[in-house]
Amino acid sequence: MPSAVEAALPVLSNDEILRYSRHLIMPEVGMEGQQKLKAAKVLCIGAGGLGSPLALYLAAAGVGTLGIVDFDVVDFTNLQRQIIHSTADVGRKKLDSAAEKLKAINPFLNIRKFETRLSSENALELFKEFDIIADGTDNFPTRYLVNDACVLTGKPNVYGSIFRFEGQASVFATKEGPCYRCLYPEPPPPGLVPSCAEGGVLGILPGLVGVMQATEVIKLILGKGEPLIGRLLLIDALDMKFRELKLRKNPDCPVCGTHPTITQLIDYNEFCGIRGEEKPVETLVAEVQVEELKRRLDAGEDLFVLDVREPHEYQICNINGYLIPLGDLPKRVHELDSSREIVAHCRSGVRSAKAVDFLREAGFKKVHNLAGGILAWADRVDPKMPKY
Amino acid sequence: MMKIHIPTPLRPYAGKQATVDVAAGTVGEALTQLVTQHPDLRRHLYTDDGRLRAFVNVYLNDEDIRYLQKEATTLKPDDALSIVPSIAGGCHAQACSR
Repeated sequence: MPSAVEAALPVLSNDEILRYSRHLIMPEVGMEGQQKLKAAKVLCIGAGGLGSPLALYLAAAGVGTLGIVDFDVVDFTNLQRQIIHSTADVGRKKLDSAAEKLKAINPFLNIRKFETRLSSENALELFKEFDIIADGTDNFPTRYLVNDACVLTGKPNVYGSIFRFEGQASVFATKEGPCYRCLYPEPPPPGLVPSCAEGGVLGILPGLVGVMQATEVIKLILGKGEPLIGRLLLIDALDMKFRELKLRKNPDCPVCGTHPTITQLIDYNEFCGIRGEEKPVETLVAEVQVEELKRRLDAGEDLFVLDVREPHEYQICNINGYLIPLGDLPKRVHELDSSREIVAHCRSGVRSAKAVDFLREAGFKKVHNLAGGILAWADRVDPKMPKY
Repeated sequence: MMKIHIPTPLRPYAGKQATVDVAAGTVGEALTQLVTQHPDLRRHLYTDDGRLRAFVNVYLNDEDIRYLQKEATTLKPDDALSIVPSIAGGCHAQACSR
């Protein structure tokens, strides 16, 4: 297959020849391959779990220009898997932290930092400057945005996605192959698929999947081997099983099909059914602040505290609530007394808001949501409580 | 008996199992048995009017049933069905942090 890089091949210095010697003596790379790597411009969307190993290996391998799009700041919960950042980087911009590590690995690397949220306004301009896009994002709107922008600009989309101990990888949006929309024409409605906060992720998993993405990027640059085009690789780290599914280019695909209906970028939040941060008024009315809960419990008022998190979260920290995980609530609702006043809580207040909605529909009148969840309790009532 | 592979995000609705055994002649029968054994799965796989949801892909071995005979596709005992939902995680923050 032809290389994804079209630029004229640059010359390598003697220092670079020494650095890449283990590549240069391989027939699959050689001098020409290493020059293609140097000429290549790769854009990483996100410097997080997938972006960490991806960017580190691409930098080490000698990719000439690496763009990174990220607007986030390093926090302690990132360090379990985002190996490009270290403890001392907590509080720093991920872009700055990542750029420093990459430059330390390979001073020949040209890093381009884009401190922005990828959007329908900036994606096409940004993608045009690169040869390959590596998607390490964490949400459906951005997944569809990256896919559509790749199809519209003709750039391959090296895709990886993770959940708990399962991963997916593929190469989308090449001329001959299917795109992400051929596989998933529509996103799931919000709330139907468990979120990462409910799910978590095994720390090594983005390592596995991100390195697979890096491998595919390098193969595309070299024009060697069989890329993951038209194939979806499923990774199950718990059983350590790899399976491969066939993907087909859908002739009726709205973006890459024979008669596309999507010819420019759209509003992806709307497409994915997300309407910003607004909350229904009813939920706001039903909220209780942590200070108020503490005061009323201390005063001995008859309040029933319902914890809708999972049992393993309860083990991390709890406020002696009665535990019924959100998913079990429909079949265990009879355990609750609708005549008592109930305060539901979870980690941050999202799941318990769903529990409150459910209980109200089930006829419970006196049910409130603890605003900010147990995290707010740890911040404002009990600073000794661990946060997660 | 044949196996249906249940992906991690849907396991809470399938008795936390990674695979469910069913005895069925077609893909449609196998899925019907699956949601009969595990009724909580139904709304994740089917719309209210009983159609498979657009974001739920079902594979017979390594082939998408949309490119076979869909739910009428016949099964052999050693076939494996997989439900392959879309997952978004790269877990770098934002959507993950709530």
